[in-house]
Amino acid sequence: MINWMKFKWLYFLISALVIVPGVVSLLMFGLRPGIDFIGGSLLEYKFSSAIKVEDLQTSLTEKDFQVYSVQDSGNNTYLLRMPSLEKEKAAEVKSILSTKFNQAPEEIRFEVVGPTLGKELLTKTIIAIILGAGFILGFVGWRFKNAKFGMCAILAMFHDSFVMLGSFSLLGHFLGIEVDTLFVTALLTTLSFSVHDTVVVYDRIRESQKLFPKVSFESLANKAITETLSRSLNNSLTIIFMLIALLLLGGVTVKWFVAALLIGTVSGTYSSTFTAVPLLVLWENLAQRKKR
Amino acid sequence: MKSRRFLIWLVVVLTVGSIYIDLPAKIRLKFDWSFNQKSLSWLKMDTEIQRPGIDWQLGKSRFTRDLEIKKGIDLAGGAHLVFEADMKDVPEDRRNEAIEAARNNIEKRVNLYGISEPLIQTSKIRESYRLIVEMPGAKDINEAIDLIGQTAQLDFRELPKEATQASNFTDFKTTGLNGKDLAKAEVKFDPNSGQPTVGLNFSSEGAKKFAEITGRNVGKPVAIFLDEIPVTAPRVDEQINGGEAVISGDFTLDEAKKLVIQLNAGALPVPIKMIEQRNVGATLGAESVQKSLQAGLIGLGMVIIFMAVYYGFLGILADIALVIYGLLTLALYKLMPVTLTLPGIAGFILSIGMAVDANILIFERMKEEMRAGKSRIAAMELGFGRAWDSIRDANTCTIITCFILFNPFNWQFLNSSGMVRGFALTLFLGVVLSLFTGIVVTRTLIRTFYRKEKIKK
Repeated sequence: MINWMKFKWLYFLISALVIVPGVVSLLMFGLRPGIDFIGGSLLEYKFSSAIKVEDLQTSLTEKDFQVYSVQDSGNNTYLLRMPSLEKEKAAEVKSILSTKFNQAPEEIRFEVVGPTLGKELLTKTIIAIILGAGFILGFVGWRFKNAKFGMCAILAMFHDSFVMLGSFSLLGHFLGIEVDTLFVTALLTTLSFSVHDTVVVYDRIRESQKLFPKVSFESLANKAITETLSRSLNNSLTIIFMLIALLLLGGVTVKWFVAALLIGTVSGTYSSTFTAVPLLVLWENLAQRKKR
Repeated sequence: MKSRRFLIWLVVVLTVGSIYIDLPAKIRLKFDWSFNQKSLSWLKMDTEIQRPGIDWQLGKSRFTRDLEIKKGIDLAGGAHLVFEADMKDVPEDRRNEAIEAARNNIEKRVNLYGISEPLIQTSKIRESYRLIVEMPGAKDINEAIDLIGQTAQLDFRELPKEATQASNFTDFKTTGLNGKDLAKAEVKFDPNSGQPTVGLNFSSEGAKKFAEITGRNVGKPVAIFLDEIPVTAPRVDEQINGGEAVISGDFTLDEAKKLVIQLNAGALPVPIKMIEQRNVGATLGAESVQKSLQAGLIGLGMVIIFMAVYYGFLGILADIALVIYGLLTLALYKLMPVTLTLPGIAGFILSIGMAVDANILIFERMKEEMRAGKSRIAAMELGFGRAWDSIRDANTCTIITCFILFNPFNWQFLNSSGMVRGFALTLFLGVVLSLFTGIVVTRTLIRTFYRKEKIKK
């Protein structure tokens, strides 16, 4: 049997290599909240020919409009982020652009979220995360009736959360990707996936603990990993196939939502086997040492 | 054995039924294999088959579905608007009534504007009353917003002195009595006949004006207009003093209620302010559908190949179950009906990836049992039995998460945005249906085909 646990520090090192830059970025730059959370406008216009992003920005700023960012989303389509606009102001933006560039742009998307609504959504989202995580923890606790298993499953869940938050902090800083309600949805969904993978491995460990009470905990863990790894990998692969197809071919609107799900699925698969189990073994070893 | 045969039939019936539902509404059949030979002319065909929708009636309840996929605004294009109502002039105990009246009035305006199937909901978040308006396919949003944003205007009109009968509603002239003077309208019942009637209650100022108007219009109709559109034109029987009037007619209870709501929209006018707007152009929507569909098919293909290569014959059976899963899900979307949004499609596509999870768990267990020396059939039955615990645990977490995301009880402290809900709903349906196909359908398929294959050997 493969001695998986021999390399447990390597697994922790890999996790650290992924998590540390993300957490550093989270502390330095934070996340980039979308208009869902802070309010604002999002305007997407399609022009018949290419125009310069800077021209687009200056044409509006010189008319005293505040423009947070302009993004080229390909196909002569540009995404503008501005403060919350009234209806008349939005019409003015469109007419400024039409006269400046001598062509009437096609309005592809126009979203306005009032600032109070944004704040409200943020509170609701935080409540949803706390509730979601709480329920999942409650489930794990009930399922294992054992603090050690429960705590390690929670730590694995934190692992995934930090991977996702960290990578979106980096993406936000370097590519201007924003965090919106869909990101939170992806976060909650992957947490539930990740926990379900962890539950499957832990189930195995406990099952063999009953069958072979004399075998060391470390080799039981190795046995459980060997038995569940192909299942865990295969299951994640099918999900990853679907997500990659959607990421590469799917619509622009859900691109980063799918990316978040993909990062979460990969991290969740890794953490169930290579974080949750080694943590458990480490804990067990420390407990054994204390006894002696 | 009996229950096994029942399951086989159940799977067959469900599959055929969902294929029927999944078919597009119109199918064009056109072929020509007659090679211009007269004797073969029956091999030539060009007809259109119409798949009828569902219209069942059982006693009083009726079940109708046109069996089309309902598209959310991000797919069909359109607008999602959220308005906040300003309730400071409305007494606290009548706010629910006022928002309901406003909703009703806006619905009427939107319908008049010619937007098909608008969805208008009210929601109350702490002290804030909201109106959520979804208009799929709407083009000139700004005009629609103006129309919706107007505060309801109710006024009473009379005929000019000379006229005794109205030939046209444009004949009516304003009287200066309007919504502000109307305190409220309510359904009342005639004490003699028990017939539903509509009671009007005027403010003291309104009562005075109303007495004057009824006084000079005895025997003539007085019309009530809401937003320049006539609502009703009852005939005045006598001068009404005291500010309480009753409109009677051959109302059914529903008609009376409807009239009351319309009148209250004018009596309790609430100014509304837009706080959120999301417009999607129709092109973006159509493009997204196309792309997501393509992505889903390619992903599905990859999963099918993967399962067949990795698990061989068992994998192919799981693939058949997966295709049945897809058909059932689509049929369910049409039956419920589920309004599909982009995140909803993502949820569906994700659930395809997860649908095979139960099968993978079962097959891995089977392999183990076979390694332990069990026969194939015994391994299969054991595999299904032992994998169940893991499958149940695995899906419980996802279902809990879906529950929180969907927020089925509209808890105020949780989000209820359409995008997130769409995702949660399709993911939830996916998990539940995939448990059915992954366990019941796959097991039935394996029991039916796996055994036969063994006997041949």
